[in-house]
Amino acid sequence: MALLVDKHRPRSLDALSYHQDLSERLRSLAQSGDFPHLLVYGPSGAGKKTRIVATLKELYGPGVEKIKIDSRVFQTTSNRKLEFNIVASVYHLEITPSDVGNYDRVVVQDLLKEVAQTQQVDLSARQRFKVVVINEADHLTRDAQAALRRTMEKYSPNLRLILLANSTSNIIAPIRSRTLLVRVASPTETEICQVLKKVGGKEGWKEVEVLNKRIAAESGRNLRRALLMFEAVHAQNEIVNDSTPIPPPDWEALIEQIAGEIIAEHTPARILQVRAKLYDLLTHCIPATTILKTLTWKLIPKIDDALKADVVRWSAFYEHRIRMGTKVIFHLEAFVAKFMYLLESYLMEMDF
Amino acid sequence: MASFFDLKARQAAAASACSAKVAPPKENNRLQPWVEKYRPKSLDDITAQDHTVTVLRRTLQSSNLPHMLFYGPPGTGKTSTVLALAKQLYGPDLIKTRVLELNASDERGISIVREKVKDFARMQLSNPPAGPAGIEYRKRYSCPPYKIVILDEADSMTQDAQSALRRTMETYSKITRFCLICNYVTRIIDPLASRCSKFRFKSLDSANAGRRLEDIAANENVDLEDGVIEMLLRCSEGDLRKAITFLQSAARLVGALQAKKSRPKVGGTDDDAMDVEITDGKAVTVRSIEDIAGVIPIATIDRLLQAMQPRNKGSVYESVAGVVTDMVAEGWSATQVVSQLYDKIVYDDAIPDRHKNKIVMTFSQTDKGLVDGSDEHLAILDLCLQVAGVLGER
Ligand SMILES: Nc1ncnc2c1ncn2[C@@H]1O[C@H](COP(=O)(O)OP(=O)(O)OP(=O)(O)O)[C@@H](O)[C@H]1O
Ligand SMILES: [Mg+2]
Repeated sequence: MALLVDKHRPRSLDALSYHQDLSERLRSLAQSGDFPHLLVYGPSGAGKKTRIVATLKELYGPGVEKIKIDSRVFQTTSNRKLEFNIVASVYHLEITPSDVGNYDRVVVQDLLKEVAQTQQVDLSARQRFKVVVINEADHLTRDAQAALRRTMEKYSPNLRLILLANSTSNIIAPIRSRTLLVRVASPTETEICQVLKKVGGKEGWKEVEVLNKRIAAESGRNLRRALLMFEAVHAQNEIVNDSTPIPPPDWEALIEQIAGEIIAEHTPARILQVRAKLYDLLTHCIPATTILKTLTWKLIPKIDDALKADVVRWSAFYEHRIRMGTKVIFHLEAFVAKFMYLLESYLMEMDF
Repeated sequence: MASFFDLKARQAAAASACSAKVAPPKENNRLQPWVEKYRPKSLDDITAQDHTVTVLRRTLQSSNLPHMLFYGPPGTGKTSTVLALAKQLYGPDLIKTRVLELNASDERGISIVREKVKDFARMQLSNPPAGPAGIEYRKRYSCPPYKIVILDEADSMTQDAQSALRRTMETYSKITRFCLICNYVTRIIDPLASRCSKFRFKSLDSANAGRRLEDIAANENVDLEDGVIEMLLRCSEGDLRKAITFLQSAARLVGALQAKKSRPKVGGTDDDAMDVEITDGKAVTVRSIEDIAGVIPIATIDRLLQAMQPRNKGSVYESVAGVVTDMVAEGWSATQVVSQLYDKIVYDDAIPDRHKNKIVMTFSQTDKGLVDGSDEHLAILDLCLQVAGVLGER
């Protein structure tokens, strides 16, 4: 059974329910014939991908929806073989180069040139160029980004890129200079409620306005999350009303528990207990940054204002370390220890 | 100075050849992004960069050319210049065989560069056809007796590959000239840089870039509201490519609004109607440029700054965290937040210098963190809280 998120995903620009002006802009670009390279950025769950798929449809018609998944093998200079998946229609390709980590440059180099040098197969295609959608473009290595530069210029008659990213900070300036930046803001809580109402209507669910508002607030303006919660609430309860509890995901509940434990006791023994839970989260593939951030947001309401800025500073500090280091558990644990120390010192001072 | 006239004659011939040639089919041209459509075709089309152009123009007639190193920020005309130069030296028939372009999209390991350059250098020197046609050709293009290897985006080559290049350059120096292009000259190893004449490409100054943009707008029949050019220049920071892309996309937006006005509206909302009214459906507006460039509205930055001010009632944390959360959800890029906030604070006379000293250190940290890929929400929140902390000091 398809999840709600997929089942009712809008498929055309007309069907998108918020950021009307942006849809209009994308439509005009798609119809103009001189479509530029795009760098689409915005928070996760804001609907970037949906919007781009709809734009592709505007560009090429329904043919882009017929997709297949190809598996390709690339060879690195050191003769290592890389397996790589490509989602493709006749008109476009979609790739996630960060799947192959540091070898992304090889993939980008080979694949894009290959695409660029072949003409559109379908002679009746509406556009002369093919589009390559690159997911997680902000995770591309510098080398891979550099490899895109001249390709984007030289092959522009045959090739357009759409880069998807959460932010532009990690995109090198020459690439930013070659793309049109398209910001996709998260929907507001009101807009999320509208989507919930629409989707609920299609499922034949009675609208419970207060509950929907709570879900929207709880989701942090992340539409994907909101829809998942919406579905979970309806799946777990025969009848929903204003006060039906919204179950948090398991991992979030566990982090909440960790936060409580850290506040309650500041000892090495406690750190040891917490470590086991952190490992548990990591083995369930929750990214270290998500763990650290969520933990921070859960700790902040439990402490005095005077301490908050310090806690955020150390959280940012260890998050940076997570990025730069190799053993994420070290930095998560260091944050926990640091927090205990900060809180303990603060409480001691208060006693005097 | 016969050669001087020679050059002039040659240019005139080349120019007439251009206009005589059939213009590429209209249809095709329209489909190109404007940055490519308006890529300079000859040295004369290069805006600004006067010094470089003057020097290079001289090389058009002398049969000698040094190794060259072009460096400067993105979108200032480096690649365009070398391509235009090559075109003017060799003309359309020879350019394929006389010029080798290697860029960051090519495999550029040590051995590969060496091999490619070797093969290319060894190829026999192509020449214009014999007979009258050839003589005509030579009148237009000087076709000097060497080939050119362009190493574009050379700053992404490893140090080792660069060292290896030294030998290669020397070995083939009789018949090949190298042109290295990069953004950061410091990433080119010294021994290599010292073998080249260096040309610095400056960020385009407003006057020149502005004129180029106006020309393009006129050529494309796009109306511009007053101040649009200034805003384009401000947002693109001397990067002409960026400015042209912004302009094109803004022009499309105007086109769309016009189309929308004439299209029967399907369940349109009130604020759509307002949009149309404001833009009047005709000219490109200043606000639309800001929008496209991803500039954060002043009001939003002011709200953030306001939240950071020390207060008696309520907590600074809550207000700062609130604004930051909103900005993150709106998708503003952290680097944009940082740079706009920086400008605002550094030029604010109400903030004492000793505070500014502390604040700029925080900015330095944050920038480094962001470049390393730190989480943007945490990084921005941390920055703002630290700044607020400093502002709150006595
Ligand atoms: N000096 C200039 N005169 C006229 N047009 C320019 C100039 N500089 C840039 N442009 C415009 O910007 C586009 C890109 O320029 P170009 O490719 O030469 O930049 P670049 O310096 O090589 O940048 P990068 O460092 O990103 O490779 C050109 O196609 C042209 O439209
Ligand atoms: Mg270039």
